Amino acid sequence: MTDSVPATPDDSMLVRIRGLTTVLGGKTIFSDLDLDIPRGKITAIMGPSGTGKTTLLKHITGQMRADAGEIVVDGLNVAELSREKLYKLREGIGYLFQNSALLTDFDVFENVAFPLRQHTQLPEVLIRNLVLLKLQAVGLRGAAALMPSELSGGMARRVALARAIVFDPMLILYDEPFVGLDPVALNQVLKLIRTLNQTLGITSVLVAHELAAIRQIAQHVFLIANGKVVAQGDPKTIADDGSPWTRQFFGGEADGPVPFQYPAGDYAQALGFAGAAK
Amino acid sequence: MNQRISQDNNVVIQSLTQIGNCGLFLLTLLVAVPRSLRYIRETIRQLWFVGAMSLTIIMVCGLFVGMVLMLQLYHVLSIFGGTSASGMVVALSVYRELGPVVTALLFAGRAGTSITAEIGLMRATDQIDAMELMAVDPIAYVATPRFLAGLIAMPLLTCVFCAMAILGGHLVGVTWLGIDNGTFWSNMTAQVDLHTDIVNGVLFKSLAFGAVVSLIAVFQGFATPPTSEGVARATTRTVVASSIAILALDFVLTAFLM
Repeated sequence: MTDSVPATPDDSMLVRIRGLTTVLGGKTIFSDLDLDIPRGKITAIMGPSGTGKTTLLKHITGQMRADAGEIVVDGLNVAELSREKLYKLREGIGYLFQNSALLTDFDVFENVAFPLRQHTQLPEVLIRNLVLLKLQAVGLRGAAALMPSELSGGMARRVALARAIVFDPMLILYDEPFVGLDPVALNQVLKLIRTLNQTLGITSVLVAHELAAIRQIAQHVFLIANGKVVAQGDPKTIADDGSPWTRQFFGGEADGPVPFQYPAGDYAQALGFAGAAK
Repeated sequence: MNQRISQDNNVVIQSLTQIGNCGLFLLTLLVAVPRSLRYIRETIRQLWFVGAMSLTIIMVCGLFVGMVLMLQLYHVLSIFGGTSASGMVVALSVYRELGPVVTALLFAGRAGTSITAEIGLMRATDQIDAMELMAVDPIAYVATPRFLAGLIAMPLLTCVFCAMAILGGHLVGVTWLGIDNGTFWSNMTAQVDLHTDIVNGVLFKSLAFGAVVSLIAVFQGFATPPTSEGVARATTRTVVASSIAILALDFVLTAFLM
């Protein structure tokens, strides 16, 4: 077993997923899924709830193993990496959790400093300057002494973003970054994602449902449903591609390829009208 | 009837599975000890939290256990005219059994539950996952320091408990009931054996109890489903499992050490 695979012919892809198959609790989440994420771009992954968008991010970070298929990040096959090499790869990946996942024992400053303290031997003055630099970038230098419990949802997400970029990663994965944000906070997060991508060239992957927000910043959208990519393309035109999946998802239709009813037995029989079922 | 037997079997299988998983978790913890040495500050922080912060309850309870023990013994021994031996009996009871066992039970209630709840909530709020993604090993950073802190804190807390219990016994016996101060101390020092009572009774047992309670607390925190109900159940399981384990282990250790 080797820890890496030969560089792909198309080196412009930072993440390359081939034949991904995942079964959880007897339910097929992904079935032979193929997906490429280009370097330096903002890619959005959309789809109905429960289709495995967060699971896909967990595959990319190596938190979850697939039943079949290959996930290659920056030329490294994630499933074949040793623990040390996987951790080394993760140092180059930032992850923004939906609920921010700030360490509740530490204040804002220490949360952002945490990765630096764990992985470097930098002098305290340098750590301080780096943390203040990142906090300034997300507009929260003045909140450095606050505890996570004192932050609003939008502020917590910006602190988590500052922590995610503290090592200037090559890739940032955003798990539903706009959920629960008011329009002001949403625009602040949007602006930050765009700025990080444009100024630092960080590859960004967004899992989100907000098409209006995605249209403003993403360069490519994947629509996932039924364990596969059912549509992909430019976020400005994908909603008009005419497929029943895009029509239902972007049109917000209650019923369609994604059924309104969760799979169940015969309704009449469940109500006790056994004869009516026939 | 068959359904009842099947349910009983399920409970037995689940319990055995939990014990097996807990054993595997202990191996994982021990393997992570060298890696966790770089987080020595975290171990010290946990030692403060589970040790120093438990001092008040340990001291107060130790004092009252010693006081009530002396009160009971004085009245029983006075029937036989043996009240002069009260101090010695208090000391032996505390060193051999009550000190390590009551300290461990209090430790499970005070520190064990908070360890489980803290780790469970860290899981529920994705803090453990966040550490993993920041390339920080949560077993080495979160689990092992808490386990080691419990292991170190328990013998120290037991010593404090024993000292306070003897003080409580002295207060009631000598100050209140009028036992001669010299008799109280001389009988105690003459009968208490350093190896049998202090090393085996206090230190060895408390180390074993510290390991068991800390292991159960940390394991339950990591094994709990990341929901509020899961955390509540795990916290309860920590107290129940720790209490049973302490008393069962106490019997086994006493049988071997006596």
